[in-house]
Amino acid sequence: MGETSINFAKASSAALQDQQLRGNFRRAMDGLMSKRAVQFADTAEWNGVRTLGASVRLRALSKLPELLEKLEANCTKNGIQVHWASTTDEANAIVLSIMQRVNAKLVVKGKSMVSEEMHLNAFLEKHGIESLESDLGEYIVQLDEAMPSHIIMPAIHMNTKQIAHLFKQKIKEAEYTEDVAQLTDLARRVLRKKFATADVGISGVNMAVAETGTLCLVENEGNGRMSTTVPPVHIAVMGLEKVVEKLEDVPPVISLLTRSATAQPITTYVNMISSPRKEGEKDGPNEIHLVILDNGRSGIYADEELRNTLRCIRCGACMNHCPVYTKVGGHAYQAPYPGPIGSILMPQVEGLEKRGELPHACTMCNACVEICPVKIPIVEIMGRLRSEAVHPGDAVKGAGSHASKAEAMVWKGWSMTYASPLAYQFATALLAKLGNAAPASLPLLKEWTNVRSKPRFASRTLHALAREKGIPDV
Amino acid sequence: MSESRNAILGKLRAGRDAHPLPPPESDFAVLRNKRWDGAERLERIKRMMEAVHTEFLETTEADWPTDVQAFLKAQGTRNLLFGPATEAGARLSAEWTASGMAGGPELIPYADRVETFKERLFDGIDAGITTTLGAIADTGSLIVWPTPEEPRLMSLVPHMHLALLRADALYDTFWQAMTENRWADGMPTNALLISGPSKTADIEQTLAYGVHGPKRLVVVIIR
Repeated sequence: MGETSINFAKASSAALQDQQLRGNFRRAMDGLMSKRAVQFADTAEWNGVRTLGASVRLRALSKLPELLEKLEANCTKNGIQVHWASTTDEANAIVLSIMQRVNAKLVVKGKSMVSEEMHLNAFLEKHGIESLESDLGEYIVQLDEAMPSHIIMPAIHMNTKQIAHLFKQKIKEAEYTEDVAQLTDLARRVLRKKFATADVGISGVNMAVAETGTLCLVENEGNGRMSTTVPPVHIAVMGLEKVVEKLEDVPPVISLLTRSATAQPITTYVNMISSPRKEGEKDGPNEIHLVILDNGRSGIYADEELRNTLRCIRCGACMNHCPVYTKVGGHAYQAPYPGPIGSILMPQVEGLEKRGELPHACTMCNACVEICPVKIPIVEIMGRLRSEAVHPGDAVKGAGSHASKAEAMVWKGWSMTYASPLAYQFATALLAKLGNAAPASLPLLKEWTNVRSKPRFASRTLHALAREKGIPDV
Repeated sequence: MSESRNAILGKLRAGRDAHPLPPPESDFAVLRNKRWDGAERLERIKRMMEAVHTEFLETTEADWPTDVQAFLKAQGTRNLLFGPATEAGARLSAEWTASGMAGGPELIPYADRVETFKERLFDGIDAGITTTLGAIADTGSLIVWPTPEEPRLMSLVPHMHLALLRADALYDTFWQAMTENRWADGMPTNALLISGPSKTADIEQTLAYGVHGPKRLVVVIIR
């Protein structure tokens, strides 16, 4: 592994020691799983809408370049300015140039995973622009100078007491309270002033409609509406896979998204933005910019199997149901996207050198695949990435970077032994005689015996026993 | 056109053409078949919206302006933001004066651009009233399309949002509302579904209302 690689094993091991963290996650995820099950209790309806949702996403991918062109044409016709960015650096530069043109000092942000991918806040701060997260969970995480630990509930790793202490410590006018309504009200007071005075609002995009040039945003708090309505300039950032073909494709995807994410039939607000303020309108931004980001996605798209990763609607159901994520929490992944989807997306976006460990953060139990509302074959892709990590290839950046000579030799030896009856007989006879003498601390064996008893070899091989019973070797 | 645009589209096209993906059919039957009877629709909308703290005020075509005024007076609301140029706004303002309720809330028109009105909007307004294009039984959602006469922030910034809903303007699903009314032929600047007052569960999964937007949503059902 390279110097910049992420150490999931170490981080998850630390997370497992943190009883408070484990409790916070366990409670939250158990609640979400049972509430979600109620939303999809009607199996026929679930199957119908899931098949429809998957077809909407696949249809969009099948026409992706054409739909992006159509989206650009319709947005432009509506007065939305469209920008394209191959890399996160380029996307950041586009955002900055808009800000500098309007002399922006304060930005209010709605929740956006792509902006996390861009590390946009840190970038803007470096250029003297205050970028304030306005989703309550994101605001808490930003105050804590931490990363979101879940794509839907960024501050799920913290309990009320921890947040109460944080507010008291970081917000000037805060009185210490563990009353959630009062804490929420405090955030409302602080953020309302910011909405009213911000120069620019930034948002993500849940779906962009090619047919009408419409940006769809779902949220419960109203901070997304504030950020996209009050400031004079609105900048939306989206990954290029977020496009859908038609307006009528929006309802099934929203239904799957909100029910899967937070077990709500719908979020409080579904916000569909199709143009900046028109002549005669009294509010809304005068400018809207849409930044379409590639950041490796066109490479993912080129591979028939990996392309399925781009179906994702960012509902987070896979992490809520993942036995690994629910034990270690989101921070252990040290990535904007944690959990199963992050474990397949991050290595494809950032390369296997840096993220090659993540596909191993999986028990291959298939829970994420069973739950995924758009039927992404996550586990198959996970297996593919494990294999790409050790084999040279050109599909995924950094393929072959995790190849180990020792491991390659072990597998080669294994294959030779199993290909030759003589070698197999010799090896099994040897293990029957000497296998139990091998110390548990041997390399490779140690990984297993750390948490399990050492396997015991029988004193005689199956072949020998069979021969004694008069069954001849074939 | 930017270099990145052409590079991205070129790569996508090459990737797709090397491994084409046949577009699957989309069967919308699961949405088309979701149906409720007339009375059931409204009951469902009420049940679903009440579950997320929406309040309902039942009234009639003849009485709604005075009923709204009486309701707000009883709540101790100081003022109500309204769109004077809409039909509903004109009635409201005509009957507000006529009713002559002393000490009742003051009507404030959203008449200026937000730039000159922002301070008052954020600091001095208790409630805002808007019309709706109907409501959706499947999810318990109001359809709100802001206009120059009823700007976007009326339903967002005041602490209480009152929404006028005609009891005969109900749809089964979001999909039905948009396809029957051919929304795709001309989307407005901003179209919204609103399904309750602003809320969050970001602090330890505990629900709290009114985090950024209205703390209360009152649906005025006009029969």
